[in-house]
Amino acid sequence: MSTALQAPEAIETPNYLNAEYGWKSWLFTTDHKRIALLYLISISVMFALGGVFAMLIRVELLTPQGDLVNSDTYNKLFTMHGVVMVFFFLVPSIPATLGNFLVPMMIGAKDLAFPRINLLSWYIYIAGALFAVTSIVMGGVDTGWTFYTPFSTTYSNTFVITAAVGVFIAGFSSILTGLNFIVTIHKMRAPGMTWGRLPLFVWSNYATSLIQVLGTPVVAITLALVVLERAFHIGIFDPAIGGDPILFQHMFWFYSHPAVYIMILPGMGVISELVPCFCRKRIFGYEFVAASSLGIAIIGFLVWGHHLFVTGMSMYAGLYFSLLSMLVAVPSAIKVFNWTATMYRGSVSYQTPMLYAFGFIGLFTVGGLTGLFLASLGMDVHLTDTYFVIAHFHYVMVGGMVVAYLGGLHFWWPKITGKMYPEGWGKFSALLVFVGFNVTFFPQFILGYMGQPRRYHAYAPEFQVLNVMSTAGASILALGYVIPLIYFIWSLRYGKPAGNNPWGATGLEWTTQSPPTTFNFDVTPVVTEEAYEYSKRPEVEVG
Amino acid sequence: MSVLIFTTIFIFAIKYRRRSESEIPQPIIGSLRLEITWSIIPFLVMLTFFWWGAKIYFLNATPPPDSMDVYAVGKQWMWKLQYPTGQREINELHVPIGRPVKITLASEDVIHSFFIPALRVKHDVVPGHYDTMWFTATRPGRYHLFCAEYCGTEHSGMVGWVTVMEPADYQAWLSSGGSGGSMAEQGERMFEQMGCSTCHLLDRQGRCPNLRGVYGSHVQLAGGKSVLADDAYLRESILNPNAKIVAGYHADVMPSFQGQVSEEGILQLIVYIKSLGNTNAPGAPTAALTGAGAQPGNARRVSQQGDKATLQDGGKQ
Repeated sequence: MSTALQAPEAIETPNYLNAEYGWKSWLFTTDHKRIALLYLISISVMFALGGVFAMLIRVELLTPQGDLVNSDTYNKLFTMHGVVMVFFFLVPSIPATLGNFLVPMMIGAKDLAFPRINLLSWYIYIAGALFAVTSIVMGGVDTGWTFYTPFSTTYSNTFVITAAVGVFIAGFSSILTGLNFIVTIHKMRAPGMTWGRLPLFVWSNYATSLIQVLGTPVVAITLALVVLERAFHIGIFDPAIGGDPILFQHMFWFYSHPAVYIMILPGMGVISELVPCFCRKRIFGYEFVAASSLGIAIIGFLVWGHHLFVTGMSMYAGLYFSLLSMLVAVPSAIKVFNWTATMYRGSVSYQTPMLYAFGFIGLFTVGGLTGLFLASLGMDVHLTDTYFVIAHFHYVMVGGMVVAYLGGLHFWWPKITGKMYPEGWGKFSALLVFVGFNVTFFPQFILGYMGQPRRYHAYAPEFQVLNVMSTAGASILALGYVIPLIYFIWSLRYGKPAGNNPWGATGLEWTTQSPPTTFNFDVTPVVTEEAYEYSKRPEVEVG
Repeated sequence: MSVLIFTTIFIFAIKYRRRSESEIPQPIIGSLRLEITWSIIPFLVMLTFFWWGAKIYFLNATPPPDSMDVYAVGKQWMWKLQYPTGQREINELHVPIGRPVKITLASEDVIHSFFIPALRVKHDVVPGHYDTMWFTATRPGRYHLFCAEYCGTEHSGMVGWVTVMEPADYQAWLSSGGSGGSMAEQGERMFEQMGCSTCHLLDRQGRCPNLRGVYGSHVQLAGGKSVLADDAYLRESILNPNAKIVAGYHADVMPSFQGQVSEEGILQLIVYIKSLGNTNAPGAPTAALTGAGAQPGNARRVSQQGDKATLQDGGKQ
C-alpha cells in the first residue's frame, strides 16, 4: 500500500466534503452523505454520554455497599444509560450513519428518495435528543429505560414526561428514515440492480426499515399514554384508577422487542459485507442470508410476550411466545452458518474490519444462544430480571451491534473520508474491545445465574469478586472505544489517501472516487453481475 | 453448539488465511442441502429446550392442593408476610422442608417481584392482581429473598431472608409467635368492625349474600353468568362491589372499601371468608356447592412433587 508517490491534488478533487463550505452548507444540506456525517457526530456524542453513565454505574458497583452515589442517583444513571444508548444511539446507529451514506450508493442512486425528509429526520432526532438531555440536566429520570407502569405514571418523582416526550419525538425520526429507505430501495435502484443482486447490507436495512415503520408508532402511542396518565390521571395503566399495568408491558414490548432487531439487523448486514470481502469470496447462500433478515423482521413481531413470563400471563400464551422466540433463533443461526461457510476455501485476511467481524460472530453467537435460555420458560423464571439478562442483551447489542458498527466504520472510513486509519492501532483497539467486552460481560452471566437482580444499587457481598472483574473489563472496553475516536480524527488530517477501493471490494460504492462527489456517480451505473463477484475482481486499487 | 461454530471459524480462519496478495479463491454458490440441515438441527435442539422449559413452567404454575398458604404483600420497599396462624414478619419468610408452600402475592403500590434464587422461583407482584407461586424447599438454611422488578429508590434494599427449617423447628417457631390471633380471627374482627356483618349475615340471607360456603364455589351472577369465587373475585367484590352482582341482589347496596382497607387486611378478610367453609346453611341460593372445581390437578399431585424436588436439585446445568 505505497502511497508516497500519490500526487497531492488527488485529495483536492471535488467531492461532497469540499463542494461547499460554511455551517449553512451542513445544516441545510440535503446530501445523504453529509446528513450521515451529521448523524455520526450526534450519535457519537450520545454514545459518549451513555458511556459515561455506564462507567459511573460500574464504578459504583465495585463495592457491595452503595457508596459512590446515593440510590436515587444510581437509579437515574442506569435509566439514562438505557434511554440514551437504546433510543439515541443503537436504534439510529447503523441505519442513520452507514445506511444513510451507503444505501443510495450501493444501489447506484444519487441520493435517497426524499432528501429533505432525510434532513428533517435528523432535526427531529436532535429535538428528541434535546428533550432527553434536558430531562438529564433538570435532574434525570429514574424509571428504567422501560418506563414500567404504574411506577412511571404515578410513583416516580422525576422528569418522566420530558424523557418520554424525547423518546416519542425521536421515534418519528426513525419512522421517516425507514420510510425513506423503503421507497429508495424500491424505486431508485440503478438499471440491472435486481432484488437478487442487492448487497446484503441493503437487504438488512430494508428489513430494519419495515420494523421501524410498523413498530415505532406503537411505542410512540404507548409513551404518549404514559404522559397522558401522568399528567391528567386518566386510568390506563395504574390499577388504582382503573388501569392495567401489564397492558403497558404488552404495548411497550410490542415495539421494543422488534426494536432489538432494528438494532441488530443492520449489524448483520455489515458483517455480510465484511466477510466476503476479506475472504475474497462470494457469500455462501446469498438468498438464505437475505431471506433470513426478513424472517427475523417478521417473526420478531410475534415474540414480545417472552418479557412477561413471570407477570402472571396465561401459561398457554407463555407456550406460544416461548416457541416463537426459539424460532427466531433459526434465521439467526442460518446467518452465522453462512458466514462461517463463506470462509471455507476462502482467502482470509486479518485487517481491522475482519477482526471486528470475527468478534461479532463470536459475541453474537454467545448472545443468541443465551437468548435460548431466556426463551425457555422454566429457565426464564429464574434468570429473568437478573444480570443474566443484562449480559445477554449486551452480548447482542454491544458485542453484536456496536462491534459491527465499528467494523463497518473502519471498512467504509476510507470511502467516507478518503483517508486510511492507522491499521496497527485499528487492530490493537479491535483486540481491546473484544477482550474488554468479554471481561466486562461474561462475569455477569455467572452473577445472574447466582441470582444477582438487575438494577441493584447495593448487592450481597458474595457477588463482589465478579463485579470487580466486570468493572475492570469495562475500563479496558472504554479504552478500546477512545483509541478509534482519536485515530479517526487524527486520520482526517494525517491519514494516508485511501484511493477508490483500498480493500478490493465489490459493490457500486467502491467504483466511485473516495470521498464521492455530491451526486455519487457521474454516470448512472449499469449493473451486470451479482453481488460479491470476488472471482472476477482481483484488482486492489490503492490510492 | 457455540463451541462447534467457534472451532470451525478458528480452523477456517487459520487454514484459509491469505497466503499471497493475488490469490483468488473459487466461488462457491451455496448448498440447499446444507442450508436445510443447519436450519433443522438447531430447530430440533430448540424444541428440546422448549419442551424441557415448558414442562417446568407448567409445574410451576399449578400449586399442589395440599400446599400450606403464606401471604406476601410488597410495598415500597419491604415485604410483609403473614401466615394463616397469625404470625407476621417483615422481610423474613420461614418455611419447613419437604412441604409445598404456596405464596399469594399482592402489591400495595408498584410492580415488585418475589425472587428466591436458591429455590429457582420468581413471580411478579402486580398491583390490582393476586398472583401465586409455590415451591418445596429441600435443604434447611438461610437463603436470599430479593425484589427483582425495579420498584424505585430503595429497590436494592427490598431484600430479605428465607429461613428453611426442619419440620420440628418450624412447628416450634410457629408456636412461639402470633399474638393477634390467626389470620381468620383477625379477618373476623375486621368483618365486625367495618360493618360487613350487618348486611352479610351468616345464619340467613340478609341485604347482601350469605358468605358461608361461598369460597371456591361457582356464584350465579345477575345476567346469567357465573364466576368462581376465588381470591381475586373476593378482592374485587370488596374494592369494587358493583363489578359483579350476585343474582337476586341489588347494585349500590355495598359501598366500595377502596382505600379503607389495606392489602393485608383484604387478605385477612379473604382467609376469614375461606374459613367459613363449605358448610353451607341450607337453602342459601347464592352458592352452588362445587368446591371441587377450584382444585384442579388432584390426581397429578404426587408426580408433581417428585418432579419439583428434582427441579431444585438439578436446576444447575
